[in-house]
Amino acid sequence: MLIDVHAHFLHERTPRKDWRERNASRLRAGDRVGITWHVASVLGTWGLRSPIYFPSPADVTLANEVQRGIQAEHPHRVRGYIVVNPNFTEHAIAEIELGRSAGMVGIKLAASRRADDTLLDPVCERAAAHGLPVLQHIWQHRRREYQGQEASDAVELVALARRHPSVAFILAHIGGGGDWLHSLRAVRHVPNVFVDLSGSGVDGGMLEACLVAAGVERLLWGCDLTIDTGWAKLRYLESILSSADLELVRAGNARRIFPDGAFPEA
Amino acid sequence: MRIDTTAFVGAFPWRRVPGTSPRSLLAAMDRVAIDEAWVSHLPSFWWRDPMEGNAWLFELAAAEPRFRPIPAIHPGLPAWQRELDQAIERGAPAVRADPTWYALDPAGAEMVSLAHDCAAAGTPLVMAVRLEDGRQRHPHDRAEELPASAVRALVRSDPSLRLLVTHAERSFIEEVHFGSTPAEAQRIWWDVTWVWGPPEDHLGMLMETIGPSRFVFGTGQPLRIPDNSIARLDLLDLAPGDRAAIDAENARMLGASGDSA
Repeated sequence: MLIDVHAHFLHERTPRKDWRERNASRLRAGDRVGITWHVASVLGTWGLRSPIYFPSPADVTLANEVQRGIQAEHPHRVRGYIVVNPNFTEHAIAEIELGRSAGMVGIKLAASRRADDTLLDPVCERAAAHGLPVLQHIWQHRRREYQGQEASDAVELVALARRHPSVAFILAHIGGGGDWLHSLRAVRHVPNVFVDLSGSGVDGGMLEACLVAAGVERLLWGCDLTIDTGWAKLRYLESILSSADLELVRAGNARRIFPDGAFPEA
Repeated sequence: MRIDTTAFVGAFPWRRVPGTSPRSLLAAMDRVAIDEAWVSHLPSFWWRDPMEGNAWLFELAAAEPRFRPIPAIHPGLPAWQRELDQAIERGAPAVRADPTWYALDPAGAEMVSLAHDCAAAGTPLVMAVRLEDGRQRHPHDRAEELPASAVRALVRSDPSLRLLVTHAERSFIEEVHFGSTPAEAQRIWWDVTWVWGPPEDHLGMLMETIGPSRFVFGTGQPLRIPDNSIARLDLLDLAPGDRAAIDAENARMLGASGDSA
């Protein structure tokens, strides 16, 4: 089994006219690579009606509906994260309850509010109650503010994770830009933070550093926007890990932190 | 047959990178089935005289037939032409200059002068757009990325100049390719190190719009894992002839001028 813990789908109410081709390409490349499950989220209208990282409640609702629709269309290879904007607490909680009842398997926090902000606590309390992991968008070592997002880094995620020790947090795309060494140093002794290996970065030494910092039990395989780099990292891991450890990264660790039954065997 | 046109040896100053020794590079090549590597000396990107790394590079290539040297030429330093002559004598398939690391105007008089001499010698000139993602660079690692405008200017500066530009992304390649005449574009080659695969399919798009004849295989190792360039090519449905061209034949033809030395 191979689980991509960080996937995205597009839809017709986004700026991307090629949304069908991109979605199809993800599934086609996933088949080529051997991805069994794409665990995906839809980030609002991807900027069409509200900003990607600050989606309006209406766009959040639409995105989660779209994600559930894709999951229903591909029940044997797609699972969904519930996207929330924690600035709208009641709406976020309602989306979590709706999504969980509809079989969604995790919560996606993008960059609408800093990860260490107390507004994220109600979201994390619902994650704990339902046993859902939280995928937090991360800028590896945020040195300043970036336009279009209220980005968080690993230190801020760790602060949240320490407040909610029963929740599994996924530090998004270690290869997705920024100083990943900073992130790995931050998460080293925080057992409920898992490192998602996705992102376009394929730096030599990065995977070894992930293993040292988090151990093989806290690494999760993923792709995000580049399946080629995900496949490359998987190939590299095949050359440095035992088959048992590789299986943890491919699927075992994900199966441990997502709800029971989220990824049935074929 | 697979030729890695974008390999490096030597230490990287900004973080610990495993596999920077020649022996490690050979092991990595064996692991992913790369037959030959065009090797550049990584530390000299930051040396005041990057040409001081060339002698070691020549020795390395003389001792290991799977390595071919890509010596650095700094056209802002005295007597750089002698280094170019030596590169030609030693059979280098190309020479490299990375003007923004050398604090040179990337399309200024020094680079144009180098472009003319490379063109006259029939020796391709290699330039890297970047080595790392700009978002992760060390705070003191401040060299600008190579601008696309400089590539356009250099290829126009001499009708015989051949360029190999590495670590360029889709938009950079398109900007230069379609900002050049067909004759100019036929003198530029690109490596696949930095071009995204699916689901965005940037490399697939470039295969359709520009064609495989303009691309060569390159990895950027050991700064990047070599598996990446292979994986993204494996994800394309290339005809065997096109794949062979990218894997080796295009580079072989590009570097053929060094074979007779």
